[in-house]
Amino acid sequence: MTKQDIINQVSSRASLSRAKAEEAVETVIELIKESLGHGEPVILRRFGTFQVRAKSKRVGRNPKTGEEAEISARKVVRFKSGKFFKQAVDEGEGTT
Amino acid sequence: MTKAELVEKVANQINLTKKQTEVVVNTVFSSITDSLAEGKKVELRGFGSFRIRQRNARVGRNPKSGQKVDVPSKKVPFFKAGKELRELVDENIAEQENQES
Repeated sequence: MTKQDIINQVSSRASLSRAKAEEAVETVIELIKESLGHGEPVILRRFGTFQVRAKSKRVGRNPKTGEEAEISARKVVRFKSGKFFKQAVDEGEGTT
Repeated sequence: MTKAELVEKVANQINLTKKQTEVVVNTVFSSITDSLAEGKKVELRGFGSFRIRQRNARVGRNPKSGQKVDVPSKKVPFFKAGKELRELVDENIAEQENQES
């Protein structure tokens, strides 16, 4: 599924024009990004939580050459799925 | 940011009623959930992708009693941040911290 499919669903369920639905979906995504960009978590009940986590530096290894390389400290996004989302996926028949 | 705050911000920004915006936000997340439940991955450019990860069965332990319990294999949703989001999160915060110190 792509953004276009989501826009189509939003358009029909919220009775919005495709252009307005597109604007709405883009705004939702932009606002989530903006919040995470400030290090602020996004908490969506049932679906899950997006959170920024600090990773300290560590020594990694190039899996191809086996060479050691230092991986610098960084911030990463972590998604913890909510109970409802987890159940839907586990009970669903598909794998991706 | 909670869902209520997200709905409020979206409604203000694009001039929709709060009711309509609630339908929009709920539909975005329910369509991601439904797609994954059907086994179809979701890819959102600039944001990231949602896929299913298979977790193998394992023997767990009740942390209180120490008793062994069989944990069956299961499927869990997995989110991988896209390049744009990864860079945004890492750089913005690094900059903020530099300014503070």
